[in-house]
Parts: sequence; C-alpha cells; structure tokens
Amino acid sequence: MSNTFKTTATYHLIKLFRFQVEDFFTNLGEITKMTLLTIFYMLKGRIKWKEVIYQCYRFGVTSLPITLSIVGMTSIIVATQVASEMVKQGGENFVGMMITMLIIREAGIIMSGFAIISMIGSSLASEVATMRVTEQIDAIRVLKVNPIRYLFVPRVLSGMLMMPVIWVLSSLIGVLAGSFASNLASGLSYRAYFDSVWYGIYIYDIKVNLFKAVVYGFSISLISCTFGYNAKGGAKGVGIATTGAVVWSFVSLVILDMIFAVSFFF
Amino acid sequence: MIKVENLIKKFDNKLILDNISFNVDDGETLAIVGFSGSGKSTILKIICNLLQQDSGTVLTSEGDIAMVFQYSALFDSLNVFDNIAFALTERADLKNKFTKDELNQIVKQKLKLVGLSGIESKFPSELSGGMQKRVSFARAIVTEPNTILYDEPTAGLDPISSTLIEDYIVRLKDETHASSIVVTHQMSTIKRTADRVLMIYKGKKVFEGTPEEMLNGGNNYTKQFVTASLQGPMQMLAE
Repeated sequence: MSNTFKTTATYHLIKLFRFQVEDFFTNLGEITKMTLLTIFYMLKGRIKWKEVIYQCYRFGVTSLPITLSIVGMTSIIVATQVASEMVKQGGENFVGMMITMLIIREAGIIMSGFAIISMIGSSLASEVATMRVTEQIDAIRVLKVNPIRYLFVPRVLSGMLMMPVIWVLSSLIGVLAGSFASNLASGLSYRAYFDSVWYGIYIYDIKVNLFKAVVYGFSISLISCTFGYNAKGGAKGVGIATTGAVVWSFVSLVILDMIFAVSFFF
Repeated sequence: MIKVENLIKKFDNKLILDNISFNVDDGETLAIVGFSGSGKSTILKIICNLLQQDSGTVLTSEGDIAMVFQYSALFDSLNVFDNIAFALTERADLKNKFTKDELNQIVKQKLKLVGLSGIESKFPSELSGGMQKRVSFARAIVTEPNTILYDEPTAGLDPISSTLIEDYIVRLKDETHASSIVVTHQMSTIKRTADRVLMIYKGKKVFEGTPEEMLNGGNNYTKQFVTASLQGPMQMLAE
C-alpha cells in the first residue's frame, strides 16, 4: 500500500471500520465464552448462596424504586393519551385490557430491563472493571480461586432470580398507574377499567414473560460482568467497559425482545 | 526453586522479554531491576500464570505461588479478615478444611507476623498504604507458599514504611524459606532484601550478580542505574 494512500481519509475510514468490526466480533466471542463458562460453573454447583442473596438485594431491592417509577410513568403516559380517545370512540370497556396487555407483554419487562441496565448493569460493569484495573482479579487468580465462579455466578444468578420478581411488581404498578391515569384523563371509572383488566391477562403471556425475564436478567448481568472483566488500563478503561456494557446490554435486550416476539407471538 | 529458561514474550509484535533465563534457589531472594516498561512485572505474571509466555519454560517448586501486588490489590468489598482468609474460604481444595476457630487463629497469626494485630474488621479503605501492603503480605503467605513474588513492594511508600516492608521481606524469607523475587527500582530494597540481582533492559538480561557486585562496578548498565545518570547505554528519552 502506498504511503500517500495511508494519509487519505478513506484509508482512515477503512481502518476505523475494520477496528469496529474486529471489536464487535471480539466482544461477541467474549460474551459467548463467558456465557458457556458461567452456565458450566452454575451447573457444577458449589454456589455461594450468601453472596447470591446479597447480589439479589442489590439487583432487586435497590433498583425497585427506579424500575417501578419508570414502568408506572410509562403506563401513565400511554393511558393518558389512549384512554380518552378510546372512551370517545366507545371503547371504554377495553381500556383496562389494552393497558394490561401492553404492560404485561412488553412495557413492564422492557422498561424494567432498561432501568436495570442503567442502574445495576453499569454498576456491575464498573465494579468488576475496577477490580480488573486494580489487579484484584489477578489476585483472585493467583490465590487459585476461579474468578468466573466467584464473580460471575452469584451476580448472574441474582439477575436471573430477581428480574422475574421485578417484572411482576412493575407490571402490577403499571396496571394500577394506568387506572389512575385513565380515570383522570377520561373519567373512566375504576370499575370499568378493572373489569376489563382480566381480559388482558393470559397465562401464556405470563409464562413467556417469566421466561423472558430470566433470560433478560442473565443477559444484563453477564454482559455487564464480561465487559468489566475485560477492562484494560486505568480509569479510562473502567469508563470504556461501563459504556460498552450499557450499549451491548441495551442492544441485546432489544434483539432478545424481537426474538421472543417472533418466537412466541407470531 | 524457580527456574526460568529462554523466556520470550511479545505484546502486539513488540518484544518485551527476549530470551531471559535465571534460577532462584530455595530460601534465596532475587531482585529484578530495570526501567519502567522493561518487562520486570511481565516475568512475575508469567511465573504465577497470569500471562502465558510465547516460548521458554518456567519451573517452580511444588506448592503455592504467592504474589504481593504493587498497589496491594486488596479486595475492597471485604474486610481485613476476609481478605486474609480469602484463599482458605474460597479455594476449592481448601474450602471447608478449616473450622471458624482455626481460621481466626491463622488470620491472627498472619496479622501478628506483619505487625498489625487487631485490625481484622477494618476495610482496606480505612488503612494507610503501608498497612494495606502489610495486609497483602499476610494474605499472600496464608497458604504457606514456596514461591513469593513481590511487584514493587515499596512503591509509593514513605522511607520508614519502605524499611518496614523490606524487613518483612527478609523476615518472611527466613521464616518460610521460600524462593522470592522482588521487582524494584529502589536501591535500598536491593541492598536490604536481595541475595542476587538481575537487571533487564529492553527485554534483555544485561546484568546478573550480587548486590555488592552491582554497587561496586558491575557494568555500564548497572553503573548508570546506580548513579541514576542520564549518560550511559540506557536511553530512556529515546523510548
């Protein structure tokens, strides 16, 4: 390659693109490797339940105010705009059903997932990344303790256990918030709202979403820990790892959501 | 015993270690010196399996390898007791081997050895740099290792704390008879702790001998290092 070409913008764009592609596949490979290793150590047993309980508290309890608020507000936004229109069109008997279906099938889980990524995912990534750049993970390895078993398993397991709980609670709040908003926006009675709520609840939806919540919990915790684990450098490395964890978690959640929608509701 | 032969390591095609060989006998302490980035810490990381060499062999005595990290690397979410007992409570082969009372006794004994009795419940953030370093000593020796690696053990410490750390290195060597490697920049650490010195420049071994030989002549590399001169075969600015 001539030296003149190496100074052109095209060359730098190609180089940047190549770097991005390489980076993408490296991250994908790392996530796949860590997924397999984490599942392997989970199945192998010897789980530190005390640590799992602590991580469950961190994952589930500390994030609850923000997840409930976000799902509640999402429900209010939707109900405020839709309820009055539906009442005008004579669909007052379907407002509760529509809001419930929306919250249970989609909004409850995806908005909770986004809230968990921004609050817990980023915190997990920066915690593990800090351990990496301050050589704490090296110390774990030198002391002959398996870092995947020690760091990943309790965190990922807590995500899998707590995400369904968060989804159930946030969906409840979402349905309740929808009733208040519908009442305020369109004067729809609570009785009319809750009478139709039951038509929006399907056991099939609940089963699918409980499974989806487990997968989301796994995915958010695992991606966050993986990016933290592979952090390089100092404070800048922690920042890069945290950003990577948040971006990849967001994208993976949307992709998983699409896969679930196509697989179970198509 | 540590036996390193023809060690070669590259990072992104850059040669970091170029055919390094040396031995450390039981109960002996080798100091590895050289400029920052010369590959000293890489040697330690290869010996304790944190990094894989591109070629060459590393042999150590059977038993555990302990490492004292440059900035202590204490687990900041655990208190001093849990930091020291970490290997005994988390390692697959040691877990459930000790009762709670035995663990208490071992941790107390190790803390006493580094002169820090009674701080079991404190967290690393509550300790000074020197105290953190001593706790990391206690954590490193909790499994009675045969090989102890120190990565710049006195970096960032005041002179008195440095002397204290150097005394502990000597004391640990006397008590454990472990083979030790100390990576350092400091002449005082070399004088006080080392039986032999290995100097590395640009990944190559440029000197091996006793601290006395290094201080009383050695070669042009050691002369420049000892006198901290800008004139000599080692060109830092050119890097």
